[in-house]
Amino acid sequence: MNKLFPFLKPYTTQLIIGPFFKLAEAVLEIFIPTLMAYIIDNGVNKADTGYILKTGLLMLAIATLGVIFAYICQYSASIASQGFGTDVRNALFEKVLSFSHAQVDEFGTASLINRITGDVNQLQSAVAMLIRLVIRAPFLCVGGLVMAMLIDLKLSVIFMVVIPLFVFVTFSIMTKAVPLYKTVQKRLDAIALVLRENLSGVRVIRAFAKAEYERYRFSEANQKYADNAINVGKIAALTNPATSLIMNFAVLAVIWFGGIRINAGNMTQGEIIAYINYIVQILNAMLIVSQLVVLYTKAYASALRVNEILSMDTDISDGAKSTAAAGNSFKIEFKNVSMKYSDSIENALENINFTAKAGEIIGIIGGTGSGKSTLVNLIPRFYDAAEGAVLVDGMDVRDYKLDALRDKIGIVPQRAVLFSGSVADNLRFAKETAKDSELAYAAEVAQAAEFIEKFEQKYDTIITQGGANLSGGQRQRLTIARALVKNPEILILDDSASALDYITDAKLWNALRESNDNRTLIIVSQRVRTVKNADKIIVLEDGRIEGIGTHEELFKNCVQYAEICRSQEEPV
Amino acid sequence: MKKKTLARLWSYIKSHKGIFAKLVFSAVSANALSLLMPYLSGRAIDFAKGYGNVNFKGVFFYVAVLGCVYVASAFFSWVSTVFTTILSNRVIEKMRKDAFDKISILPLRFFDERPHGDIMSRLTNDIDSVSEGLLQGTTQMFSGLMTVIGSLAIMFWLNYHITFAILVITAICVLVSKFIAARSSIMFRKQFQTIGEMNAYIEEMIGNQKVVKAFGYEKRAQKSFEEINKRLYECGQKAQFYSSLVNPTTRYINNLAYICVGVLGGLFAVFGNLSIGIVSSFLIYATQFARPINDMTGILTQLQSAVASAERIFEIIDEEPEKDESVLLPLKADKGEVVFENVSFSYNKDTELIKNLNIRAKAGDTVAIVGPTGAGKTTIVNLLMRFYEPNEGKIFVDGTPVDEASRDSVRQTFAMVLQESWLFSGTIRENIAYAKIEAGDEEIIEAAKSAYAHGFIKKLPKGYDTIIAEDGENLSQGQKQLITIARAMLADHKVLILDEATSSVDTMTEQRIQKAFLKMMSGRTSFVIAHRLSTIKEADLILVMNDGKIVEQGSHMELIKKDGFYAKLYNN
Repeated sequence: MNKLFPFLKPYTTQLIIGPFFKLAEAVLEIFIPTLMAYIIDNGVNKADTGYILKTGLLMLAIATLGVIFAYICQYSASIASQGFGTDVRNALFEKVLSFSHAQVDEFGTASLINRITGDVNQLQSAVAMLIRLVIRAPFLCVGGLVMAMLIDLKLSVIFMVVIPLFVFVTFSIMTKAVPLYKTVQKRLDAIALVLRENLSGVRVIRAFAKAEYERYRFSEANQKYADNAINVGKIAALTNPATSLIMNFAVLAVIWFGGIRINAGNMTQGEIIAYINYIVQILNAMLIVSQLVVLYTKAYASALRVNEILSMDTDISDGAKSTAAAGNSFKIEFKNVSMKYSDSIENALENINFTAKAGEIIGIIGGTGSGKSTLVNLIPRFYDAAEGAVLVDGMDVRDYKLDALRDKIGIVPQRAVLFSGSVADNLRFAKETAKDSELAYAAEVAQAAEFIEKFEQKYDTIITQGGANLSGGQRQRLTIARALVKNPEILILDDSASALDYITDAKLWNALRESNDNRTLIIVSQRVRTVKNADKIIVLEDGRIEGIGTHEELFKNCVQYAEICRSQEEPV
Repeated sequence: MKKKTLARLWSYIKSHKGIFAKLVFSAVSANALSLLMPYLSGRAIDFAKGYGNVNFKGVFFYVAVLGCVYVASAFFSWVSTVFTTILSNRVIEKMRKDAFDKISILPLRFFDERPHGDIMSRLTNDIDSVSEGLLQGTTQMFSGLMTVIGSLAIMFWLNYHITFAILVITAICVLVSKFIAARSSIMFRKQFQTIGEMNAYIEEMIGNQKVVKAFGYEKRAQKSFEEINKRLYECGQKAQFYSSLVNPTTRYINNLAYICVGVLGGLFAVFGNLSIGIVSSFLIYATQFARPINDMTGILTQLQSAVASAERIFEIIDEEPEKDESVLLPLKADKGEVVFENVSFSYNKDTELIKNLNIRAKAGDTVAIVGPTGAGKTTIVNLLMRFYEPNEGKIFVDGTPVDEASRDSVRQTFAMVLQESWLFSGTIRENIAYAKIEAGDEEIIEAAKSAYAHGFIKKLPKGYDTIIAEDGENLSQGQKQLITIARAMLADHKVLILDEATSSVDTMTEQRIQKAFLKMMSGRTSFVIAHRLSTIKEADLILVMNDGKIVEQGSHMELIKKDGFYAKLYNN
């Protein structure tokens, strides 16, 4: 919670004004039934029409003043709660952007989105309710009780029976229904699961002629959901009848015992009517309180989830320096680097040592899970090494300012991710100010110019749904062009040309080599053909380097490499 | 259109006539009884005139009657809510089942052309909206109307002068709440849109965090986010303020009515036309009858969106299914000879994909389909499996035209392993036995062994009983693929289709899988779509595709000699 309260501070004024005016409204409201009793007892029973009109006007004034107060309160509530929510969302998004990859993985994207929008919404309405109801409802309860006692103390014995009963009934219905709602939610998730599987697996299901079985599976889940929902419904349906029954019996008791009190001359008719009014007011307020309890348990859970993000610090801390001392012979150097993911026991990388000079082409080859991606992810500090050090231009990457470090590096990830917007927007992702000619040149090198030119809108073609309107190969070439626009000193291609056919693939490598002699190029691949011409090939297996050298050297000296070559029928 | 939708909804309700009748009866009873209450309590109060002037017999009579009415009304209102829950859940269960059943027999085109998220949303969100809006909304509307009309009628009967005054106040109330509702609904719509936009933006930025960080996009992302957030604040604050005006405003108008009744009723009572008890009844009627009018506007919008949702669900139910072929004989395929005769096909009329294709695969042959990504290799599989039907020409299996045999039996002739391994949530055992539920443990283990999957399955803590999490996140790509191969092995079909089955696994695993494939392929006719040309050199027939057309066909040697597209692909 501690992290959330400061967000309320800018709205202190609203937080004081809101409840104050709400309270004022409630105070006024509480007098209306009593005034009505005066009308009946002093006006009607004494046939004083002037008194009736006078009191009527007084009530009108009170009601009007009340509604004005209420508007002021609602306005402060909307400003404070929405403002609070907006501030929290900004802070959350900023925080999440600063998280390391490991931290984002830990939460999961879906959960993060949910926290930023859904949970904050929940908190927003909690703040609004805080201002609007938290003071008002209990006040109406207590105030109504006091007013009723002032009218007739003995009759208020009824409250002693009714209020505990009321609390008991609503509480037991709630405690029964709330856990059941959770089961219903689970059943609903089960329906969604079967549905999703059927959509993504439609070909397999049809191929095995299992439609009948899937229909059965779905109707099973569907029926279970309906059964559960009906069960909860039966219990939840009790709330209204039960509470109004209690309320009504309280009214009955007032009429009956009030009759006795009237007969004894202790009460008047008007007072009975006012009394009934107070009972209704009190019990309604208590219903609101019970809803508030539900709302606040939900809001509390949301607050915990939001707080968790706010109180987590990014585990990739920024270094201080933005440039390294000049005169280093190595562009990249790995010194005894080991790395372990937080959720695994084994090291993902074990004692990695290698160097790369400016202008060199480094190939990294190995099977899935051999640690290729992990290795290159250490260079732009997506993760930090557990042991040893990664050096760029002779300085530990952890000493760099993150911006300065990442500015040197262009990375093309395995998954070809594009953003919504035009082709040009995507190419300008790293460099907002890039000129059209720069885009065209990058596209040319990445072998993307040809197909972009074929689009009707060329560079202004809009990319939909992360690139659904492009083929896999086109997406990959665009992501490569995007990295090239930045013209980085180090370019990392993480298995990012797998969808290209051989001809395009070959053209791409030639163009890359020719485009900048001074750029260090790191190519990660499973294909020997792709890394074959590198100046240096690193063979990875199970997180260890099995060999470093040129294609010919490795083919002779490295068993694993020769094995991979043979499996891909790649001659020397 | 709307009328038709409502009529169809009615037909769903009609199959629960019994429940519906009980629902109507109990709702009418509950509302009628609660309408009587204020009148009865007023009468009771009239018997308690003042000091020593209380008619206890009369009071007792009305108190007793009221007690019965309260109990009965509470009972009926509970029962009517229960019936509403049962009815709405059963109706949507049936609707959801109908929609799913239809989905399970729709042609593949439906799934390929429609975003899956859209289908999901129809079967979950839209169904919810029908349940809430149409079924529960109608019940609310119904009892609301009854309360309004009933209260008005009773009030007219009691005193039409006062009632007339109340009607005037009510008219104002309706106008004001309409004004507020119109304001707030625009803002709410804007708010929903903006939240949707925000969700999409967070998903894009956080989901692709690696790219965002690598390109130093954080600051720009934060700026864009804050811009969206600011818009959200503006419409959110207005939406909340406007909508929060409804409560105080109605309370104010209720107070006006209350005061009006008090003053007018008081005056009438003075001039002897009205008893004090009736004034008290009036006070209650006046407060209770205005409330549903305010709810009504909300319910009406809910109803409209529910009808729209129902239309979207019916759209799925009305989709044209695959032709029913249960009358056709199953395909008899003992040998597995596959022939394409003059087959032409296109996904849409404008671009013809396959023209006059002739293929003859003898029993036991291996047919390879190669070509760059996006060349339409999967189309051949779609036709073989009858996921799509050719526009012209015929496909024969063992001399029988496939469209003259039942679709399921055709599909069960083929064992298929696709690029994306599809597993459903369940144990590994269940997934392997998907096509053959009756398979015993030995058979399953045998299949896993021949797919080289037994080794890693055995090493899992729970072995064959390991639950595969949603999307199989606890297994690697390669492991998942091995399970799908075991599944195909166990199914033991005559013809094998491998659609880039090894493209997502590394070369070492691929080699192992290849061995499994070779075992499967021996004695079976096989169609192999492959990325790596080296793996299909031995094929009896190679089909070379480019731009959706078959450009060459022949054996490896023939095609190399021809020195065409294939040779270029191979030599590059």
